[in-house]
Amino acid sequence: MILAGCDGDRSWRLQDYLARGGYAALKKIVAEKIPQETIIAELKTSVLRGRGGAGFPTGLKWSFMPRSFPGDKYLACNSDEGEPGTFKDRDILRYNPHSVIEGMAIAAYAMGAARGYNYIHGEIFEIYQRFEEALEEARAAQLIGQNILGSDFSFELFAHHGYGAYICGEETALLESIEGKKGQPRFKPPFPASYGLYGKPTTINNTETFASVPFIMNMGGEGFLNLGKPNNGGMKLFSVSGHVNRPGNYEVPMGTPFAELLEMAGGMRGGRKLKAVIPGGSSAPVVPAGIMMDCTMDYDSISKAGSMLGSGAVIVMDETTCMVKALERLSYFYFEESCGQCTPCREGTGWLYRVVHRIEHGLGRPDDLDLLNSVTANIMGRTICALGDAASMPVQSFVKHFGDEFMYHIENKKCLVPPEVQYAGSQIYVSPSC
Amino acid sequence: MLEIEIDGKQLAVEDGSTVMDAATQAGVYIPHFCYHKKLSIAASCRMCLVQVEKAPKPLPACATPVTAGMKVWTRSEAAIKAQKGVMEFLLINHPLDCPICDQGGECQLQDIAVGYGGVTSRYQEEKRVVFNKNLGPLVSTDMTRCINCTRCVRFTTEIAGEMELGQAFRGEHAEIMPFIEKTVDSELSGNIIDLCPVGALTSKPFRFSARTWEMSRRRAVSPHDSLGANLIVQTKHDVVMRVLPYENEELNECWLSDKDRFSYEGLNSDERLTTPQIKQGGEWKAVDWQTALEFVANGLAGVARDHGGEAIGALASPHATVEELFLLQKLTRGLGSGNVDFRLRQSDFRADAARAGAPWLGMKVAEVGELNRLLVIGSFLRKDNPLLAQRVRQAARRGLHVSVVGPTADDWLLPVRQRALVAPSAMVDSLGQIVVALAAEKGAEVDALLRDRLPAQAGDEARAIAASLASGRKVAVWLSNLAVQDRRAAELQQLANEIARLCGGRAGVIGEAANSVGGYLAAALPSAGGLDARGMLEQARKAYVVLGAEPDLDFANPALTRAALGTAQLVVALSAFDAESLREVADVMLPVAPFAETSGTFVNCEGRAQSFVAVARPQGDTRPAWKVLRVLGNLLALPGFDYQDSEAVRDEALAGDIATRLDNRVGEIAPFAVVPATCERVTDVPIHFADPLVRRAPALARSRDAAAPVARASAATLAALGVEAGARVRLAQEGGRVDLAIVADDGVAAGCVRVPAAHPATAGLGAMSGAISVERI
Ligand SMILES: Cc1cc2nc3c(=O)[nH]c(=O)nc-3n(C[C@H](O)[C@H](O)[C@H](O)COP(=O)(O)O)c2cc1C
Ligand code: SF4
Ligand code: SF4
Ligand code: FES
Repeated sequence: MILAGCDGDRSWRLQDYLARGGYAALKKIVAEKIPQETIIAELKTSVLRGRGGAGFPTGLKWSFMPRSFPGDKYLACNSDEGEPGTFKDRDILRYNPHSVIEGMAIAAYAMGAARGYNYIHGEIFEIYQRFEEALEEARAAQLIGQNILGSDFSFELFAHHGYGAYICGEETALLESIEGKKGQPRFKPPFPASYGLYGKPTTINNTETFASVPFIMNMGGEGFLNLGKPNNGGMKLFSVSGHVNRPGNYEVPMGTPFAELLEMAGGMRGGRKLKAVIPGGSSAPVVPAGIMMDCTMDYDSISKAGSMLGSGAVIVMDETTCMVKALERLSYFYFEESCGQCTPCREGTGWLYRVVHRIEHGLGRPDDLDLLNSVTANIMGRTICALGDAASMPVQSFVKHFGDEFMYHIENKKCLVPPEVQYAGSQIYVSPSC
Repeated sequence: MLEIEIDGKQLAVEDGSTVMDAATQAGVYIPHFCYHKKLSIAASCRMCLVQVEKAPKPLPACATPVTAGMKVWTRSEAAIKAQKGVMEFLLINHPLDCPICDQGGECQLQDIAVGYGGVTSRYQEEKRVVFNKNLGPLVSTDMTRCINCTRCVRFTTEIAGEMELGQAFRGEHAEIMPFIEKTVDSELSGNIIDLCPVGALTSKPFRFSARTWEMSRRRAVSPHDSLGANLIVQTKHDVVMRVLPYENEELNECWLSDKDRFSYEGLNSDERLTTPQIKQGGEWKAVDWQTALEFVANGLAGVARDHGGEAIGALASPHATVEELFLLQKLTRGLGSGNVDFRLRQSDFRADAARAGAPWLGMKVAEVGELNRLLVIGSFLRKDNPLLAQRVRQAARRGLHVSVVGPTADDWLLPVRQRALVAPSAMVDSLGQIVVALAAEKGAEVDALLRDRLPAQAGDEARAIAASLASGRKVAVWLSNLAVQDRRAAELQQLANEIARLCGGRAGVIGEAANSVGGYLAAALPSAGGLDARGMLEQARKAYVVLGAEPDLDFANPALTRAALGTAQLVVALSAFDAESLREVADVMLPVAPFAETSGTFVNCEGRAQSFVAVARPQGDTRPAWKVLRVLGNLLALPGFDYQDSEAVRDEALAGDIATRLDNRVGEIAPFAVVPATCERVTDVPIHFADPLVRRAPALARSRDAAAPVARASAATLAALGVEAGARVRLAQEGGRVDLAIVADDGVAAGCVRVPAAHPATAGLGAMSGAISVERI
């Protein structure tokens, strides 16, 4: 859908997008003065759920905006994409930036917002530049700016690049960062819909969420819903990475069996056995192979398997993976990326990382697993933003599903998966001592 | 109102309250660190997690709004579990170095850890170390102890008005720090010591000198500015070790200025005068009290006998107590002299005969928060009265529009909507224009007394200020120190009154010192026909009694003061300090008790009399001044000096209702012609030099506010004067000259040079306002 027809070398150009039927939805809405309620109702019908990770129904979110509030209202597109394993938004912006611009323009129309920002991760600067070019094209064609397509609807859209902090992807930290402050999440309530950017009502959606909007408008909410399965409408981009033959982004209907997705990604590298999958980005709980092979790729099925569809980043691990080492790397990430504002996350992420690091380096203690469980329990649900939970869920799930591997490490001061096997899988040298 | 339940207690709380507010109302204590009632909500420490009905997770009480029918449990199993979990996190990286930590015994972390912390630590990894920061001479850091509550950051940003601290870096590496190579220079900086819930920020002058439980604590009142901040003075073995705020929501709230907090160091200065001394044959000799008092009594009686009582003049500091001022005037009048004054830095006394009462703020300090329009005239507001400025700053956040008339445009760290940057000599005209514009705006008649003296029309600035004031609901017009010290203070007062009248607001005088109102009430003023502070020096007396003031630093015109005192037959100094400039002119020095060593009363700017007792024994042979004056009265056989205690003096001095004696109105005054000058002096009294005590506090002397004085003038004025910024110049006034560096400062009105007073480097100069010449050297 979003990436369909984007195979050429100019798919990001306005001309190409128009040729693919782009901006038809916006033109129609503006020309026919379609009521805001109709657009939001259509979105509700489509059951589009936020693609940024939380899966919140987009139509409902848009309906929270005080549309008739007379003052400034803002839109923000979250292209901060810092979650390990996730690399879909950058491809949307790289190959089809106009779908995001059109989606945001429609959103602005539907919510009465006059200004929008696309917050782009700082470490993908060429994509930021490409988006700026797309904005220029759209502005020149009167698709954004003052009096869009000659109507009385105006919407200014700007690109803003961050500096690569993961926390700036959290929606309120993103707003702080746009305001020029240190990217730290705000305590909610108040929610952005009432107190957002510069204290004004604001709606934040993920890149893929916005990019889906024009397609929904064109095919109708019902049509989009029917692409997927009930309560899990539409198509979804999955960033498949890890031990597969063809890692990459795959846009498939919601509800596609995991096995099929794995097949599309070329199957397991070297024909090895699947060990585990993190199905929704590094914050989602890990799912052992057996359970995963029975899942379909949609919110409900993955949640039943005890994990989350999250951002749709599918991290595939084969039997050569040392789960202790994998967790150590993840815990290090959260330790480094915590904003440091609230106590449980600031102090807890460091504690988790150090314990896992110790276990990995042969210094584990018998009660470390209980300690990890207890520390995660003390973080979860007690922080300002979801990073605390995101840091805890991998730890809990790794310990739950691969506890023996951790115990083996603690007792034998080395990996259950021998170093040479790990090397065979990853081609990364592993010292025998760990 | 919303009905809710906390720990089974039913209560009704206001809409918009948080669970923390409600708990406070219900008398339920919820442990907390980042929450502070005067600061914005951070909701980051997570210590205040409580259980709320239907909420799946524990919620932070400080940030959770109350909803109708809400049920909260602060000590349920789930709540305690969450609180203990947070406590453990707070402690894992904390150094737990309580035995060597200055906060020990008064540490929120320590206290709460007793209730919620574990006995042993489950954390066996390496602990975090954070390097210390240099925040300046007042606040010491041990940043490894910091729990990142950001109270200090929010204080500097929200209360002090400038973000001098921030939280840099992320996650576990997060650190509180000032901007690179910067220190915390706010005149309110010491408050972050109180706010810091741990020992990360402690008092540099105090640290390692005593434990909180070793000290006795007594209430006191600040002897410095006119706000009358309430203090807790802590002493150990009769030495004042530390000063903390005593919370008084109506005055200082929970804050203190650095001057209030750290000036106590001056009490222990080497320059304390501890024995009576008499100058004989040019040599100072220590004598006993009996000898000294007889010397003084005989000397004064002799002058009165030989030259008449009016040959005696009494000059007292406005930082002296009501009791001291009252007895001094009584003594002076008893000797047959009407020459008494305590307004040592003022130069215009024409209003004296026309005043309806004692000049005062015109309102309660606590009412500042309700103002929505304010005109401040001739002010260094932030430095003149830091806590009043803080109140204005908070009010400005809520929509107060501030306008300013005066010769300087220092950053008050609050939005100033309109400003007339004019030379001191032009302030009268500037206010006159505002009166004209306001009268036009309101279609009202100008008071007959003023009508003929007003400018023909108003300029844009004046009209803008008038429009702002005219649109106000609650308006105040304040005269601040520079206006009160001006040569035409009387006209300024009249015009301020008229502006206030025209816009239905209140006129007020901020007041220079702790007892600027009290001095009036104690009648430390010239009798009809007597000489005021300036007259006594211009028409030199044979004898002077000087109470608590230094000729070089506490008078409007140091050159004139030196000359007058230097030629007198007898100068009696009652002083806590053995000041060089007193030694030069005095014949006898009597050591009298400074702040903290005497009982007394100050009447603050809002007319509130606050009495206090001595908190430490007077050092050496020092005696409370009121007792010294009583004995002198007795020795001179004057009637009415048989007081039992200082309360008896106060009761006599402040008899009746103070409120009825406060009145800013001024009747007709004689006109005054200003001689035009090519260059005019603008004088500020730097906050940490303003009185004898504060200028002897070593830590404050190292603060940014105590930097060596320089002259300032706008770039255009410098060009007109033909001097370069940074050059050394010779400044000359009638009576004296000094050499100083001059810097460019476009916040100084055109044609003016700003030169601080109250510093030895500028004590060679003359009057605080009027002509000054600038020459390059
Ligand atoms: C630590 C953290 C990081 C996040 N990073 C991203 C991100 O990079 N991109 C994103 O779209 N959403 C991210 N989110 C989710 C956003 O807060 C927010 O839910 C989302 O942008 C809403 O858009 P959606 O409803 O379209 O999904 C993150 C959340 C957290 C707690
Ligand atoms: S949970 Fe972590 S990242 Fe989120 S606000 Fe708290 S410290 Fe910052
Ligand atoms: S220094 Fe003190 S007040 Fe400032 S953040 Fe740290 S603990 Fe809080
Ligand atoms: S006191 Fe509520 S979170 Fe800190």
